[in-house]
Amino acid sequence: MSRFRIAVHIVPRQGILDPQGKAVSDALHTLGFGGVKEARVGRYIVLDVDAADGRAAGDRVKEMCQKLLANPVTEDFEIEEAAGV
Amino acid sequence: MKFGIVTFPGSNCDYDAHHAITDALGETAVYLWHKSHELEGVDVVILPGGFSYGDYLRAGAIARFSPIMKEVAEHARRGGPVLAICNGFQIACEAGLLPGALLRNDSLQFRGEFVHMRVENVDTMFTGRYENAQVLRVPIAHGEGRFTADAETLDRLEGDGHVVFRYVDAAGIESPGSNPNGSMRNIAGIVNAEGNVLGLMPHPERVVDPLLGPADGLPIFRSLLSRVSA
Repeated sequence: MSRFRIAVHIVPRQGILDPQGKAVSDALHTLGFGGVKEARVGRYIVLDVDAADGRAAGDRVKEMCQKLLANPVTEDFEIEEAAGV
Repeated sequence: MKFGIVTFPGSNCDYDAHHAITDALGETAVYLWHKSHELEGVDVVILPGGFSYGDYLRAGAIARFSPIMKEVAEHARRGGPVLAICNGFQIACEAGLLPGALLRNDSLQFRGEFVHMRVENVDTMFTGRYENAQVLRVPIAHGEGRFTADAETLDRLEGDGHVVFRYVDAAGIESPGSNPNGSMRNIAGIVNAEGNVLGLMPHPERVVDPLLGPADGLPIFRSLLSRVSA
């Protein structure tokens, strides 16, 4: 068993209204960042997981995303590469 | 008839539900602690409003894994009525008892106010005491009530008559202005395919006493009484 650090990005699915992201992009426009076409606001979760190897840790985290961390109806998730802790 | 009101850590409308059942309806109500595995023989389960688990992660996401939710799901599977109000609706969606999800209000504001909703289907065990297309005045109090589902799910809900309540103006007309949270198709409440789980964002349990204003929520409880005890 080793310990791995894995980060997960969870964002509202494309096509689903993200009022928080809209408020952020509006504010960026006000500040002069006119190049911003879209902002989407999600969550960033960092997990330390004990597993046999990085791949097994990644599989567990995927399961966690499907069961709890992301809402399958409205959100997509991306799992970063596992890193030894 | 016996109602069971589930209390999660952070529930805050469980007492209102209890008041509605015992004082307004004149029936029996018990609180069911979320860690219990015992429904105590209740006929109807109420998932009340509040902020279970502080709305951490997503509203309802953690409460759905509370121990008692196993029994609630089993009760629903047997056809037992479940009334899921506000945070209860969010929990029911997260638990898969109802389709769709409830996202941050499009205004990004917490909305606590009276709204109007129209009864879209009187042929459910929750709405038999209303008149078709009756317009109700009910309070809302939520930050995450924007009902969202894919087009196919929405069409199925509409086609099957499972959209039970829709936000409208006082005249009963749907308009963007009458939609307090940006819910798709102005949806305020839905039932599941079997018709025994109702989820809605407005609070019927807070409008059961004419002394305090409209009593437009009471018929939901009366409907249950006549259908379930019949």
